[in-house]
Amino acid sequence: MILKNTNMKNKFILGIVTLLVFSVGCKKDSEYLNIKPTQVLGTDLAFSDPAQVLSILADLYTRQYDYPRLTEWPTVGDFNEAFYSENGRYNAYHGNSTWDFRGYQGPDFEGAPSYFWTPWNYKYIRELNLFMERCQLATALDEATKASYIAEARFLRASYYFTLTQFYGGVPLILTSLEFDGTDVTSLQVPRSKESEMYDFVIQEAQALKLILPSNSNTKARATRGAALAMESRAALYAASIAKYGATTPSVSLPGGEVGIPVGRANGYYEISLKASQEIISGSAGNYSLYKKQPSNLSENFAAIFYDKSQNTEVIWVDDYALKFKRHGFTQVNQPRFGAEEEEGGRINPSLNLVEAFEKLDNTFAPFATNDLAGNFIFYTNQQDIFAGRDARLAGTVIIPGSSFKSRPVDIWAGVQLTDGTVISGGERGAQKTLPGKTVPEQVLGFDGPISGIEFTAQTGFYIRKYQDPAIGSGQRGIGSAVWLVRYRYAEILLNAAEAAFELGQSGPAADYMNQVRVRAGLVIPLTPGEISFDRIVHERRVEFAFEGQYFYDLKRFRLAHQIFDGVALSKADLLSNIGKASKRSTQPYGLLPYKYYAPGSPNDGKWIYKVDLSNRVTASDNWQLGNYYSEIVPAILTRNPKLVKQPNQ
Amino acid sequence: MKTKSHYIPFLALCILLLLSCKKDNFDAPKASLTGQLVYNGESIGLEYNKVNYELYQPGFGKTGPIGSTFTPEGGFSHLLFDGNYKLVIPAGQGPFLWKQTAAGKPDSIAVTLRGNTNINIEVRPYFMIRNPQLSYSAASVTATCRLEQIVTGVDAKTIERVTLYISKTRFADSQTNIATAQVAGTEITDLNTIVLKVTVPTLVPTQNYIFARIGVKFSGVDDMIFAPTIKLNL
Repeated sequence: MILKNTNMKNKFILGIVTLLVFSVGCKKDSEYLNIKPTQVLGTDLAFSDPAQVLSILADLYTRQYDYPRLTEWPTVGDFNEAFYSENGRYNAYHGNSTWDFRGYQGPDFEGAPSYFWTPWNYKYIRELNLFMERCQLATALDEATKASYIAEARFLRASYYFTLTQFYGGVPLILTSLEFDGTDVTSLQVPRSKESEMYDFVIQEAQALKLILPSNSNTKARATRGAALAMESRAALYAASIAKYGATTPSVSLPGGEVGIPVGRANGYYEISLKASQEIISGSAGNYSLYKKQPSNLSENFAAIFYDKSQNTEVIWVDDYALKFKRHGFTQVNQPRFGAEEEEGGRINPSLNLVEAFEKLDNTFAPFATNDLAGNFIFYTNQQDIFAGRDARLAGTVIIPGSSFKSRPVDIWAGVQLTDGTVISGGERGAQKTLPGKTVPEQVLGFDGPISGIEFTAQTGFYIRKYQDPAIGSGQRGIGSAVWLVRYRYAEILLNAAEAAFELGQSGPAADYMNQVRVRAGLVIPLTPGEISFDRIVHERRVEFAFEGQYFYDLKRFRLAHQIFDGVALSKADLLSNIGKASKRSTQPYGLLPYKYYAPGSPNDGKWIYKVDLSNRVTASDNWQLGNYYSEIVPAILTRNPKLVKQPNQ
Repeated sequence: MKTKSHYIPFLALCILLLLSCKKDNFDAPKASLTGQLVYNGESIGLEYNKVNYELYQPGFGKTGPIGSTFTPEGGFSHLLFDGNYKLVIPAGQGPFLWKQTAAGKPDSIAVTLRGNTNINIEVRPYFMIRNPQLSYSAASVTATCRLEQIVTGVDAKTIERVTLYISKTRFADSQTNIATAQVAGTEITDLNTIVLKVTVPTLVPTQNYIFARIGVKFSGVDDMIFAPTIKLNL
């Protein structure tokens, strides 16, 4: 019975199973594919928990557009403030005289050109708008949290529109999330606003937000009252200077006002800027002041603004980093090559153009003393002696020969100078050769170079110091650096106030604001109100904010770029004269190379001499075209929205 | 005979493939559109990769330009399909005036392309370089020329500088040169006698010829106007 029925029983079971499979498998046809994806959070779920909303907000914070940024070192030292010591950059930066209307970055990995000056992220703006709208409707958040999150998103939106305005002038101002109804696309095509309307929008948002955002000077990475005021101060100042100095380049404007601001509006904007700066200076936004923790070493003090994250009263708003979570390799790619934590570094080599702009302690400008009046070399016992008596910010911004980084001396010298004028040098770092009259080879150039065309060596004689992280391991690929990118800091507020006051004819307060910044740099002799000039203002911003990106925006808003980068080769005589003049030509990055003097028996034996040098990799003279003042709106965008007008001179 | 029938499907497949290949492909564009910038029939020299132009072919939905830059001799060339095109030089481009519409935008030139076509684009440069003479002697290059003002009135531009470029290649301009000499516009007293002299540096690797070219830059205009490039034997 059992045996006989096994077959039947099996068939029976099989039949049941088959039935089961079909009955289970066969859902209603219309329901079959209707399964909620598990990896996508719906709106209601995403806004069901305050922590969840905060993480969405955190993502929105990271999507701000910074130029320069620490994750991409070529954004930091362009415009001949530095020489780029990396194979493959020579051609793009020093053999190429133009920037392209989109800000040429260089070829990407496939050889196609890539660009830096074209942020156009309306997806980000849409998501900011959506965030605000959805946050408003969320039921799981209490009213206070809701209001603060929405205020932060509003701040980010205003900040991003400010960025777009800096690059493009007027852009479409979209303040709600747009939906396509499937028929009429023209309602989604928004024309460009006027440049002045963009700045008005940013200023209005900042003025509204400063009443909502928390007044807390210890919060650096999130929007605060201080950040809103700083944005207002900067935006109004930019608008004012575009109105005033834009008049010098009438062809850089559009009849509809999308580019260019009427000159008559300059004073109004200067007043807004000055007022916003004064609100921060008066302490109404929190306890901000200049960073002065190390009064005995002003250079280290200046460098520490960027790496000291504890109780840093200077910094107002940053893009923050944290090891293991969000980090960058700025130290890794720029650390002094000799004894580096990786077999690389030294990419940004500050140029002599910038280094000589740091003034002497008596408030005068002078080139470095390399030769006396008769043309003979001047001998220095220590490498650093030639840089003595200068603005303390020099050694805080630049690693000079003879100084140290992470307590390790750099080894920068280009060769051995003989008495007959010949130079003995080598083709590799720390090369050894036998000097005349000796029998044993010895080192004839530094382990940090400079050697022309050898990447990662200090080809201008300098490395960058600003934003380099002194922490152990910061130069390693596996660890990285958590130094923050400073977006607004108190020194800028002071210099904004100085500029606005000067333009409004208040030289006294202008001198007062500027002297505060200068004293911190060791320039203790105050400038008198009569000494404050346009050149002084431009100069002070250039050296205080070197490699922080201000130089780029300043050259644009002062309409100086086409005068400084006029396509004419920079001669040595031009380089060394008129230092401190705002429109001084700077088309090629020069270097200042130390050599060891070899003259056995002479008192000068073993001392250092310096030579001004232009790398043979610098073949082009930079030429800023009028079309460079505002980034190109690419044809793909123009085609999608016929209401957009083209930029001038493009 | 019977064995051959095996080939029939194979053969059919081959024919099918050949035919479909023919069907899928378009003809390559054949009509060549060439042209040059002229003023009263005289060609205008420019800098390599500096002066843009845009070609539009309306009537195909989205509008986007086919763009490029003029050659140093002021010419351009495209291989295109027959059709109706519009050529425009964007605002602010070139050392010359380009006619504008009433709205102040650059006007376009209609180009009807049926087979190979050559067009002359008439423009009005701010100045013309007349009678450029270049010579080499005693390790230096001397250039003389005359400048004639073409555009006068409200649109007139002043000369910012006159520059002599020498180069190892035919591209003698601000981007590739080995030496330059220049005179600022404010230092020019007589537009009829402009003299520039530059010493030829050591050529590495050596060559027994160089190229030289005179360019003029106008204030408030990006692009320079150039005289023809001259090859000089050393």
